Amino acid sequence: MANKLISEIPLPKSIANVFSARNISTAKDALTLTEFELMELLDVGLTEVRSALSQISEIVAPPYQTALSLMEQRFQNEHLGGHFPTGLKGLDAALCGGIPFGVLTELVGPAGIGKTQFCLKLSLLASLPTNYGGLDGRVIYIDVESKFSSRRLLEIGLRSFPEIFQMKEMAQEMAGRILVLRPTSLAEFTQSLEQIKVSLLQKQVKMLVIDSMAALVSGEPEQGARRQQTLSWHISFIKSLAEFSRIPVVVTNQVRSRNHDDASRYSFQVQSRDGAIGTTMQYDSHLVAALGIQWAHAVTTRLVLEAKSGERFIKVAKSPISPPLAFPFHITSSGISLLSDDGKEVMGPEINAIHCQGHNEIINFGMEGLH
Amino acid sequence: MEIWRLPISASQRGKLISAGYTSLSSLSSISSSDLARELNVSESEAMNILKVASHSRGSETSNASCSIVEGAQSAWDMLHDEESLMHITTSSADLDNILGGGIHCKEVTEIGGVPGIGKTQLGIQIAVNVQIPNDFGGLGGKAIYIDTEGSFMVERAFQIAEACIEDMSEYNRFLRKDFQECKIKMQPQDILENIFYFRICSYTEQIALINYLDKFLSEHKDVKVIVVDSVTFHFRQDFDDMALRTRVLSGMALKLMNLAKRFSLAVVLLNQVTTKHTEASFQLALALGDSWSHTCTNRIVLYWNGNERYAYIDKSPSLRSASAAYSVTARGIRNSSSSCKRIKMM
Repeated sequence: MANKLISEIPLPKSIANVFSARNISTAKDALTLTEFELMELLDVGLTEVRSALSQISEIVAPPYQTALSLMEQRFQNEHLGGHFPTGLKGLDAALCGGIPFGVLTELVGPAGIGKTQFCLKLSLLASLPTNYGGLDGRVIYIDVESKFSSRRLLEIGLRSFPEIFQMKEMAQEMAGRILVLRPTSLAEFTQSLEQIKVSLLQKQVKMLVIDSMAALVSGEPEQGARRQQTLSWHISFIKSLAEFSRIPVVVTNQVRSRNHDDASRYSFQVQSRDGAIGTTMQYDSHLVAALGIQWAHAVTTRLVLEAKSGERFIKVAKSPISPPLAFPFHITSSGISLLSDDGKEVMGPEINAIHCQGHNEIINFGMEGLH
Repeated sequence: MEIWRLPISASQRGKLISAGYTSLSSLSSISSSDLARELNVSESEAMNILKVASHSRGSETSNASCSIVEGAQSAWDMLHDEESLMHITTSSADLDNILGGGIHCKEVTEIGGVPGIGKTQLGIQIAVNVQIPNDFGGLGGKAIYIDTEGSFMVERAFQIAEACIEDMSEYNRFLRKDFQECKIKMQPQDILENIFYFRICSYTEQIALINYLDKFLSEHKDVKVIVVDSVTFHFRQDFDDMALRTRVLSGMALKLMNLAKRFSLAVVLLNQVTTKHTEASFQLALALGDSWSHTCTNRIVLYWNGNERYAYIDKSPSLRSASAAYSVTARGIRNSSSSCKRIKMM
């Protein structure tokens, strides 16, 4: 809509000619200039500029929908009103059905905690037919760090849905729906994204998994602000992909140590630092999510996976619908599963903290089944 | 040279000046046919120029019967207007207190905070609360929700609407104990029907929509709040030219302020957070830069203080800087539970 050509908008002939003479061909060019700039450029009066702008705006502005019709539309057309059940009952209940369609869901946690395992399970679930709780469609899995293991995927399938996966043809069909891409650089990833957009338009793909976003960016030479800018375009593009195709998009993120650059206070808070600092320090773990605060704003749901005193937890750190709950989980041969469907409510900013305590014992225990 | 200020095209201005007309008074005594001859333009064009000139001149001459400057209002009259303004409650009494009753109509309020603090929740709550009928102290109006990030969840809006109606019937029962049949006829679906939802996918659409709202609001005069969630997202991605971004943003802010004043509605802009390097340390600050921070009338920052969510009035022409705790519950925005405990003890 933004790139709509001025020539296609029904404007009075005289002003349409002036627009094209001055090389203002798309609505975007016209709307980015202020009224007075346009008056100067086009050499016309204020009233004509105003009426032209209001006509262009009316065409370019998106149509409205009442929230009620939005809800009705979603419940009629989409699977479970626009949610993809993960198979983890407690989590699905908290998220009002499952992972939402049309927005980004992020999995963040330290290395080896189970993010890729979760992604494998989700990809498998999405390929299953709808009577098994799946989306009955293709999955595009962007595997940056070469962690995708098809052997592990089939093992999860065999343990969780033996009736399907014991038959070789069915197993082949399901596994055949998961398409794995291995971009080696950010530029290659960008290219694949453009291709993905085309196949999404053909409506065959039902889920997109990017594992992991942080690894793509950390390989690039630019630092700091330039890196943020490169990422901005991708954030915007992936969000718009999710939006217009209405599919769930799952992205994994890594962690890094907190450095002194990480801000956590506003200017008006600094004065009262001496009193508050004692209580907040205990909650500040040394790990924070990679990719920065702009990324944190762009994702709609953030699931934090962490290890605390030898147990693993999956926490709903940011969600428009769920309270801040933590569920204990473990990983078995049939994939990730919750130890308890009743989440424990976590108060305050603790929900965003990422802990990594007692983690090493877990990695070594039960390693046999995980390759 | 007052000719510079006339809203006419550059070439017409150029012709006037080269013909020797540099002030408005010089145009007062000439007829349109003479002007057309002098400037070498058509007669209708000359008539147009004279009309524009007389209009500008008319607004400058003093008129004894009305105010000294046309379009101005005395502060005493404005006081009456300000007192009769209605507010939109946020459903948290503490928050309403520091806001002077709630979100003000006829003003632009910016609300910003870190991810997960509750900005979208507050936005949805306001879009629901604006519909509280007049009998319950609300505005009984409709809402426009402009979603730039896709964070609006209908199920959550339904939850909040349901809880709002339950609270209203609770209030009803408490107040009118003798009327048994005072059931609220409103349903959550009715509340959802009065929220006009727009989904924006680029900054061009954002600008176009704000321009179009002028026409939309004249057709839907019962809209009393516009929530933009978030105003930042599209402006953080595509702009290489920062000066252009500042110009576009201030143009947008002015139009929104104009809409707020003309249609007597409240405009709520939700903003994101970025890090800023000041005084040898990094601090959090609302996004979009320093020039943007001047454009909004009121500015509220939502932040974590210990385990509680707090709202701080960062900038307001009429409210003092204060902070209040609030919480996000399954029913929406409510008072923080710790403040309730204090009241119970008293």
